[in-house]
Amino acid sequence: MTQGFGRMLRKEDPRFVRGQGRFVDDIALPGMLHGAVLRSPHPHARILAIDTLAAEAHPKVRAVITGETLAERNLAWMPTLSGDRQAVLATDKVRFQGQEVAFVVAEDRYSARDALELIDVEYEPLPPVIDALRALDPRAPLIRDDLPGCTSNHIFDWETGDADKTQAVFDAAEVTITQDMLYPRVHPAPLETCGAVAQYDQVSGKLTVWETTQAPHAHRTLYAMVAGLPEHKIRVISPDIGGGFGNKVPIYPGYVCAVIGAMITGQPVKWMEDRSENLMSTCFARDFHMHGELAASRDGKIRAIRVSVLADHGAFNGTAQPTKYPAGFFGVFTGSYDLEAAHCRVTGAYTNKAPGGVAYSCSFRVTEAVYLVERLVDMLAYELEADPAELRMRNLLRPEQFPYTSQTGWTYDSGDYPRTLRLALEIAGYEDLRKEQLSERATGHLMGIGISFFTEAVGAGPRKHMDILGLAMNDGAELRIHPTGTAVLRISVQTQGQGHETTFAQIVAEELGLSPDDVEVVHGDTDQTPFGLGTYGSRSTPVSGAATAIVARKVRERARIVASAMLEVNPADLEWEPGRWFVRGDPDQGRTMAEIALAAHSDLELPDGVEGHLDASCVYNPPNLTYPCGAYVCVVDVDPGTGKVSVRRFVAVDDCGVRINPMIVEGQVHRGLADGIGMALMESIAFDAEGNCLGGSFMDYLLPTSLECPAWELGETVTPSPHHPIGAKGVGESATVGSPPAVVNAVIDALRPYGVKHADMPLTPAQVWRAIQGRPLRTDLAIS
Amino acid sequence: MTIRITVRVNGTEYARDVEPRLLLIHFLRDELGLTGSHWGCDTSNCGACVVWLDAKPVKSCTLLAAMADGHQLRTVEGLERDGRLDPVQQGFIECHGLQCGFCTPGMMMTARWLLDHHPDPDEAQIREAISGQVCRCTGYENIVRAIQWAAEHKT
Repeated sequence: MTQGFGRMLRKEDPRFVRGQGRFVDDIALPGMLHGAVLRSPHPHARILAIDTLAAEAHPKVRAVITGETLAERNLAWMPTLSGDRQAVLATDKVRFQGQEVAFVVAEDRYSARDALELIDVEYEPLPPVIDALRALDPRAPLIRDDLPGCTSNHIFDWETGDADKTQAVFDAAEVTITQDMLYPRVHPAPLETCGAVAQYDQVSGKLTVWETTQAPHAHRTLYAMVAGLPEHKIRVISPDIGGGFGNKVPIYPGYVCAVIGAMITGQPVKWMEDRSENLMSTCFARDFHMHGELAASRDGKIRAIRVSVLADHGAFNGTAQPTKYPAGFFGVFTGSYDLEAAHCRVTGAYTNKAPGGVAYSCSFRVTEAVYLVERLVDMLAYELEADPAELRMRNLLRPEQFPYTSQTGWTYDSGDYPRTLRLALEIAGYEDLRKEQLSERATGHLMGIGISFFTEAVGAGPRKHMDILGLAMNDGAELRIHPTGTAVLRISVQTQGQGHETTFAQIVAEELGLSPDDVEVVHGDTDQTPFGLGTYGSRSTPVSGAATAIVARKVRERARIVASAMLEVNPADLEWEPGRWFVRGDPDQGRTMAEIALAAHSDLELPDGVEGHLDASCVYNPPNLTYPCGAYVCVVDVDPGTGKVSVRRFVAVDDCGVRINPMIVEGQVHRGLADGIGMALMESIAFDAEGNCLGGSFMDYLLPTSLECPAWELGETVTPSPHHPIGAKGVGESATVGSPPAVVNAVIDALRPYGVKHADMPLTPAQVWRAIQGRPLRTDLAIS
Repeated sequence: MTIRITVRVNGTEYARDVEPRLLLIHFLRDELGLTGSHWGCDTSNCGACVVWLDAKPVKSCTLLAAMADGHQLRTVEGLERDGRLDPVQQGFIECHGLQCGFCTPGMMMTARWLLDHHPDPDEAQIREAISGQVCRCTGYENIVRAIQWAAEHKT
């Protein structure tokens, strides 16, 4: 069947529904050993001694690796994706609870864990830095005494916008809103935890690593840099991945230890973390302490926004984001509104917590930006006693303002915001909902209606501005057309559930008039695919999707030249219709792609300067990000007695430009909406005063189930991206970014009879009940 | 120390010497090579490991392999019959009930059990049935639709 864009069932699914997916933990190699990590029980402690003798004596143990072992190879530390360094295995101190201290390689999974208990580590506990707001106090314990010249827990200061201009607008403003708000530490918690299988061929020197990674090429380059191995002798394979959401972008000590274990023992080593290890030690998300201010006129014109942020990055600065953006793309905090001025300052701090910050479908911290501005706008509506929908409609960017450059320098490519919001209100039946709310309130029932409007910034990115460790955030595609006309597309991005094997085949199909079934998509293997930075930040379609369209067009042009030789006409006299070049004015004279492909491999005499075959490759350097948007309406009911929130309805209208496969787009939106309910109401990694992680299992870190999620009500508007070859924008994270403020705004709206203006997420029953009492809690600490 | 256990999985009998502490999920995956069932959380919360023990869904991360001695098990690998997908499997494909595919086998095992006992469940019954399992990709709606599709396409 010939089909380009449109609903198409996924090519990936037949293997998954049969249980024949191949995830990292499904890989079993002959002679494979198993690794396990010993972790610190302390958030901050000096290591005085590590005794591994008893573990080494275990009959099934093959190697015990400590920081000291690694230091001999200069591998005790590794670079992070933010230019800091992180201990692979601790040598001097442990700096967060769950930090990696030793690695055991044994003959089976259970023996490796047994041996961990035989390792005796002598610690001298040190006072931990747990409260991020006190991390920069001069009296705070120093966490990073390993860094030469480091005298405080301060990591960076970053600012954007115009401070003076913003101050002037605030000075003259009729109304100002001020609110401290926390975007709590949450965790992406993909259902598959992180792990690796490493195999080292002692003869050829070839290292093969199967990894749970969203960025196999970047990992290969890092391995080459860290371990000093020649890059062409390293092959990173990302097989089927059980969800990533940013959790699987960084390199983790366990991966490195599996590699070292394989090199030391000469046998393949598998390391697979358990759920607690995943939640306690791998890349968390958010942890932004924001102080937001908004200036407006009395009649409801939003004039300026100012924000200062303390970003808790944990013990190592390990965020995965473009080098020049230490606070990610938080600079888009001006949201979807036309402001006169804006300013933002972000300070990063070390604490004795796991490293990370940029993850969980956040689009490099657009999540935090959207939450901030959408809460502030709702608070302005509260202050002015205005309808939050009308207030937004009044301030939204107008279609004729695009391309629009914001006060912080971001050029939004396209959108029709009022239309998107109007559609969401229409689907929700907004006016009737407000009427219902009034009558519900009269009977004491707490019903809330929350709105959010978001603009995303995705598709990193232009090489002039965006790199990670000096590697430009560009991606590639290679397309090979076989003699019989079927195709293989090799891409540098990698699916973790997004369905690339389907949608990328559809892009080729759309461009060349082939059936998607005749296009095999190869991804996730550095030996078989072109270089690129991988899949996160909703960048696959904006970057590699563009590369795919362009490479297909290159193939089409080559086909035109070959067809011209076949038909003995000038290439300029040929016209294209899906799947076929034909002579203008004489449609019967034409050649199909299959015929052209065969001829390209044959003894056909080709014009001078034209190589044989049709194959082509492309590296895509995006001229700009893409800016999808959306309008969300959430309806909740709150039980005043228990504080329990129930989400009754959720309407989501997304505009992500041209949709390659609407079924897959809608599925991605569904996922993000569930994320929003989770983050707004349930999910949190908090700590007690001693630095114990309180979200270390799924009994404590609560994820939304089928009972917390309503039946989603979706709508769409389509404003193509003017600079993307097929007009598409990224969408994978839109709903995760846009939905939390809609839920929170709905809950605060429900609590209006109690005069509640704000309460930090997660809005658990306890937190809502406390808010009703006028005493909402800090949700990052179990101390108050 | 090991003990001898005999189990029948998807109709095939297996006898193995296992450690008494071996979890059923690891027995199925590592000893029998049936890697369709997944290890997700250790605490019975996520349900990626759901299989049938004597025709009832159980979380195999919190059962010992020894507890399955003498019992019948059914896993995702046993859903397909005579080369034909179970309607539940087909429903997950038709309704886009999966993305990364990690929770899918456990979800489908619960769905098959539900439909065997309630051939025409309403949405609330479906949501209740899968509420002990976590999916991080779909927001559940398409899983609900997939199970409804299977109910409408009985074999």
